[in-house]
Amino acid sequence: MIAIIDYDIGNLKSVHKAFSFLGVPAKLTSSHQEISAAGGVVLPGVGAFGEGIKNLQRKNLDYLIKKIAARGVPLLGICLGMQLLFEESAETPGTAGLGILQGEVKKFSLSEVTKIPHMGWNQVCMQKKDPLFCGLSDRSNFYFVHSYYVQADEKDVIGKTRYGIRTFSSVIRSNNIWGFQCHPEKSSIFGLQVLKNFSEVIENGSNSGR
Amino acid sequence: MLTKRIIPCLDVKDGRVVKGINFENLKDEGDPVDLARYYDREGADELVFLDITATHEKRKTIVDLVEKTASQVFIPITVGGGISTVEDMKLILRAGADKISINSAAVRNPELITRGAEKFGSQCIVAAIDAKRRDSGGWEVFISGGRKGTQKSVIDWAARVQELGAGEILLTSMDTDGTRDGYDIELLAKISETVSIPVIASGGAGRPEHLWKAIAEGKADAVLAASIFHERDYSINEVKKYLAEHDIPVRIAEDNQK
Repeated sequence: MIAIIDYDIGNLKSVHKAFSFLGVPAKLTSSHQEISAAGGVVLPGVGAFGEGIKNLQRKNLDYLIKKIAARGVPLLGICLGMQLLFEESAETPGTAGLGILQGEVKKFSLSEVTKIPHMGWNQVCMQKKDPLFCGLSDRSNFYFVHSYYVQADEKDVIGKTRYGIRTFSSVIRSNNIWGFQCHPEKSSIFGLQVLKNFSEVIENGSNSGR
Repeated sequence: MLTKRIIPCLDVKDGRVVKGINFENLKDEGDPVDLARYYDREGADELVFLDITATHEKRKTIVDLVEKTASQVFIPITVGGGISTVEDMKLILRAGADKISINSAAVRNPELITRGAEKFGSQCIVAAIDAKRRDSGGWEVFISGGRKGTQKSVIDWAARVQELGAGEILLTSMDTDGTRDGYDIELLAKISETVSIPVIASGGAGRPEHLWKAIAEGKADAVLAASIFHERDYSINEVKKYLAEHDIPVRIAEDNQK
């Protein structure tokens, strides 16, 4: 069972719908018990960093996610859910993120890109082999929509994307933790493949492959 | 590189897709899920459902439609047509839509854009603008399905919706809409350089070169079209191949790569 963390932020159901379509058991939940018992956890989310953290804190989910991450449970952050894994964001200076991963969350600058948000399909240039990339070709297109981007520690970056003259970390992996800036649940066949791969990582009980 | 988006627009009435759709291999032409799946396979980058349901009581059919489509088709979905409250937005987004397009309601009540953006994020709010050329130059914003002038300048209104928090502009030229003679390139270029949010071109697509022109010369970030796709004049894949051959970055769906 995959627990999709419900923290009252936009469009959490799409991820659930995608897993249902794939026939993968998943539940949208904020119950500590259910999340702790899950074989894998997804932290989805669209919206603002500050609001996201606040909502997690309100339900003590911040603490729980850190505990789960440390326990080695496969954890997948999507879009804002990925950004929340970092220490802080330029979106809400002074508000601490989950601090599970190291890197910076910065805002796109109109001196580097022509339009903000970065909205639409863009290529993920794979930097390393990864079980979540299984069945995908390099430079597959994924759907993005975000105004802030992550510049992660280079060792954790497994996918990069270029927008305007800015290259950012679009997919990250650190042991049992993955982050996708793009939305697999809105990226048609390739996106569904990523979610399927994630479910298989959980099933196989291995998150090696690195 | 960010690709340019090709977006088919489907008119929906009472939960069914209407208007001149002509597909041979669809069991049920009016079934939104079938159509959405078809367009997804063809390489549509997003889908827009425009709800033209007249009666208020039947409006909840759009929520069911979104719910069903979003359970089967995994590309972004925008819903527009008659949405005038944050509560409406919430219901439709909850059903699985990614964006809400608002038009007349935003002109009547600009605060709706801001409240929607604060609640759901700017990326959820698409400001739809219907533009008509003025004899004296420039363009005027029209509302109520193009029936009512507002005296507002389109250029000013476009800048204003960005300020209010819209994440994108869906710009329809009433002069070129339905003509199949091409988009209003001058209007597009003007608005694209005025705002720093993405602009979707709409109204006038008849041939692949029209979409090319909207992107290359009108600087549109995305192009929306209806009849050119629905009537099978060109498939989305054909249009995308044409664009790719003419140096426009597009996403070619996997099924069509051979």
